[in-house]
Amino acid sequence: MSETFAPVALAEARPASVVTEGRWIRWLLIAVAILFLALFLVLPLLTVFAQAFAKGVEAYLAAFTEADAHAAIRLTLLTAAIAVPFNLVFGIMASWAIAKFEFWGKNLLVTLIDLPFSVSPVVSGLIYVLVFGAQGLLGPWLLDHDVQIIFAVPGIVLATIFVTFPFVARQLIPLMQEQGTAEEEAALTLGASGWHAFRTVTLPNIRWGLLYSVLLCNARAMGEFGAVSVVSGHIRGLTNTLPLHVEILYNEYNFVAAFAVASLLAGLALVTLCVKSVLEWRYADEIAAGARGH
Amino acid sequence: MSETPSRTTGRTRRHAVLLGAGLAAAVLAPTLACAQTELLNVSYDPTRELYREINAAFSEAWKAKTGETVTVRAAHGGSGSQARTVIDGIPADVVTLGIPSDIDAISRISKKIPADWRTKLPNQGLPYTSTVVFLVRKGNPKAVKDWGDLVKPDIKVITPNPKTSAGGRWNFLAAWGYAYEKEGKNADKANAFVGEVYKNVPVLDTGARGSTVTFAQRGLGDVLPTWENEAYLVFEEFGRDKFDVVVPPTSIYAEPPVALVDANVDKKGTRKQAEAYLQFLYSDQAQAIFAKHHYRPLNRAAAKPEDLAQLPELKLFKIEDLQGDWDAIQKKNFDNGGLFDQLSKAGR
Repeated sequence: MSETFAPVALAEARPASVVTEGRWIRWLLIAVAILFLALFLVLPLLTVFAQAFAKGVEAYLAAFTEADAHAAIRLTLLTAAIAVPFNLVFGIMASWAIAKFEFWGKNLLVTLIDLPFSVSPVVSGLIYVLVFGAQGLLGPWLLDHDVQIIFAVPGIVLATIFVTFPFVARQLIPLMQEQGTAEEEAALTLGASGWHAFRTVTLPNIRWGLLYSVLLCNARAMGEFGAVSVVSGHIRGLTNTLPLHVEILYNEYNFVAAFAVASLLAGLALVTLCVKSVLEWRYADEIAAGARGH
Repeated sequence: MSETPSRTTGRTRRHAVLLGAGLAAAVLAPTLACAQTELLNVSYDPTRELYREINAAFSEAWKAKTGETVTVRAAHGGSGSQARTVIDGIPADVVTLGIPSDIDAISRISKKIPADWRTKLPNQGLPYTSTVVFLVRKGNPKAVKDWGDLVKPDIKVITPNPKTSAGGRWNFLAAWGYAYEKEGKNADKANAFVGEVYKNVPVLDTGARGSTVTFAQRGLGDVLPTWENEAYLVFEEFGRDKFDVVVPPTSIYAEPPVALVDANVDKKGTRKQAEAYLQFLYSDQAQAIFAKHHYRPLNRAAAKPEDLAQLPELKLFKIEDLQGDWDAIQKKNFDNGGLFDQLSKAGR
């Protein structure tokens, strides 16, 4: 996210001579940082793959032939396929409204969009149980109309949408704010319709930032554990997403399969990281607000 | 900015349509696969391997009998948390939980199970019973032989949280019952003894399986008081060279009951299949499977002799004989402000 760029700006602003620490202190700090990363990031990641292949490639692949694993993969893809476009549309809408227009309650809206980031995932799940659960606010009505939300796919999708809500909007708001309304206004004066201006002016301006945020949104949507765990009900082959499937396999002493499925999620994370780095490297200006001169 | 108001309303309407479509998709998506009959068995933590075999056997037997294909799905977790999901609306056809008070809770709070559920099936809804034994490290280095050893200062005991786990509650009640009998039926001394045991507990997992993983995989603790079946399962999964099972001279008669979730089966139209499933648990075939997985079958004659030989004779006491009915047991020990809460407060 945009915070990533703050240290760079700081380092540039400060002349090198300000650093009075001796060479060995600097090396020590770097060594500590690298050691820390190796211990807490690289080692666990390697462990996932080491454990996954502990009993050979055949055992690794066997983990993916199970019907429950297929169901978990399908459900995870389905959840992301609904949650990500939903957040994409909502995120563009919200950031468009916030960045280009002035209206009453704007700050409140921005705060609300941020809410899912500050709420614990367990609470995010529980609120849906409290609203849609059989003992909840809408429970009796839903029961009468045969609509199952909690412990079924809709609950999982809702919880996922909730926790991934801020990704797109948070990325686009500063970007759109920084771009201002001048280009859209020019388009409108030249006779473009609102939709036409949005499609040909606004969208191209935000495309890389948008792609970047969708990427992160998708990674979280597929990897979310806490909130989904609360609303899932853990029915095998029906309401288990990939992260929940990993937990179940682990609890059944099926360590190879647990880590094999975990390696799938780790792979997703690595791909996300790579694409994210490429985007940051190639289109840094268009992703980060504030670094771009108009 | 002059023409913005009209632009926004048009756009808002269009987006509102999109939003609605998205929500509709989210709501409709779930009811995709329901071509055949599916039953959902919401069960407690250590029965995963057991019900995998039972469910497959039932599907086969039901298909042979009626020609209908029934898939039985299972959900597992701490017994108390599973009861909570049924209360909150998981569409369970049957519940097979770790302790009677969890089914009482479903009945009391959600009314989905009648209060007299114990009378609907043979033996109070208990197709099998179990007990609590100790799993220790190979060679029993801390010489744990009986419940009294759990309060020794250098012993670390791994047991799940009695608030969420049935196994945790049986461990709690077993320790209490042991001390009660030993101290000449003195409840105060029994309470104090249980408090001493829980001072030796470094971590409380939410379910029995979580505690097993903590003890066996993560290597924490000296003794794991646990379901008999769970102790033997660890043997088979991790190899007999790492652990020993210690059977104490006395332990508790543990009662994991089963019940039909009446409100759900009537709503789903699965009463016939769900009732047949519960009856199947009392059949000779299922009884033999229980014994194979180290549960104590109701009908010992149906089980294989070599499986029965694995279930040692020991003196079992019923907690109802010491503390009264299940409402009283639950209230005295595990409800908010009960004995467990008092002990954890005092232990801090």
